[in-house]
Amino acid sequence: MKEYIIELAKSGLRLDGRGFLDIRKPIKVEVGVAKKAEGSALVQIGNTKMLAGVKLEIGTPFPDTPNQGTLMVNMEATQLAHPDFESGPPPPEIIEIARTIDRGIRETKMIDLEKLCIEEGEKVWMVFIDLYPLNHAGNLIDAGALGALAALKNARIPKVDENGKPTGKLTNKKLPLTKEPITLTFVKIGDKIMADPSLEEEKVMDARLAVSVSGKDRINALQKSGTGGFTEEEVFSIIDNTFKLRKTIEKALGEVK
Amino acid sequence: MAGKKIKRPDGRKPDEIREISYELGVIKNADGSAKFKIGNTEAIAAVYGPRELHPRFLQDPNKGMLRCKYNLMSFSVSERKRPAPTRRDTELSLVIANALSQCVFLEKYPKLVIDVFVEVPQADAGTRCAGICAASLALADAGIEMKELAGSISAGAIGDLIVLDLTKEEEDWPKGATDIPITYLPRQKLITGLQLDGDISFADFKKALKMAMEKCKDLVKKQEEVLKARYKGSDEE
Repeated sequence: MKEYIIELAKSGLRLDGRGFLDIRKPIKVEVGVAKKAEGSALVQIGNTKMLAGVKLEIGTPFPDTPNQGTLMVNMEATQLAHPDFESGPPPPEIIEIARTIDRGIRETKMIDLEKLCIEEGEKVWMVFIDLYPLNHAGNLIDAGALGALAALKNARIPKVDENGKPTGKLTNKKLPLTKEPITLTFVKIGDKIMADPSLEEEKVMDARLAVSVSGKDRINALQKSGTGGFTEEEVFSIIDNTFKLRKTIEKALGEVK
Repeated sequence: MAGKKIKRPDGRKPDEIREISYELGVIKNADGSAKFKIGNTEAIAAVYGPRELHPRFLQDPNKGMLRCKYNLMSFSVSERKRPAPTRRDTELSLVIANALSQCVFLEKYPKLVIDVFVEVPQADAGTRCAGICAASLALADAGIEMKELAGSISAGAIGDLIVLDLTKEEEDWPKGATDIPITYLPRQKLITGLQLDGDISFADFKKALKMAMEKCKDLVKKQEEVLKARYKGSDEE
């Protein structure tokens, strides 16, 4: 398979007919799909589908950040999404993906965590983002990152009673959101760089680089994976292309209120 | 930028790393081992193998596998860390294996696994990079057939100052810091380890990456010196 993909790439082609820098279509975002969640989104990039849910709970802050809410991103290897996924806790590759998405959100300071403090050192809102692949056709990073963002934008803060206990109902108040990180992932196969890898491409990739950017020219997170490596020029060109291609994702996200 | 120029708390120049030392053969039971110290960060790496990979269905008839387990010891950080692996440990184990695989002629070890265990007794930032430097030397000490050694260092920014080898104090810079752990293989000119978290402009990132790549070359040279000194005039493999 790898030889075939490399051979095709020599004539500028990919298995599914895309150009090297084409992101799969359609890119769809639907929010509010899980009614019990404080925020949720179902996203689709090509045949990859991801269900993202946000739950908010009141808890105690970390001792080193007593005036800040907390954030946690988790991804499960849902067995219904692919025959290779096995039961049990998420494998290292999935943990790596969840932590990559977490970093993009955390480092852009997308959520103003100080505004989630209820009582310093005692009570804060804890934001849990759980990501469940529904169909794994490659690039769970970008689908997960998009799902997480859409679900955060869709989230509403729960109503609490006079004792501070959640009532099971939601207020109209949104999460305090600031900048939006856009995450795009590229793989290297042979000496070619391709955006938004399909599962076939990921299986034979030499190396992968996920890039989260925000603002005009800010880089907030990078994660290289796979056993191969990139040249300096390849790294720069991937980041350059992330800034050029992010409009595609921003457009899909722009319609989420 | 307005305001005063940022000075590093320990007085180092931006591209100056902390004092380093390497030591070979620190674990007698291992096939190869090394310790690497950088300032107050210390990592020990031990290599076991090449040995048969189990379960068998993971074996690749064409090449071997390099596998890593990274662990922060419970007392290596200010607040005791529970000994069980955290999500961070799991991620970094994968990151270290991915950073080192291109150093080894894995095609010479079909069906086999080379296990690299990295323990961190003392952590003052830069532990994964220290682990990679120790492991690079430990692989050579184990007599594994290698294409080359790996250099690894974190670059980054404290405020708007681009620096190498951040300490914990610098990582926690009140006005924000960016941490970019980098692994570079100078002969193949390959970046095999690259992570970033923080907030940095593309231009500053380019500067930081170049600075780290240069330093990785020095770190590899130093590893070569240590190996030459240890195996000079010896016939044993």
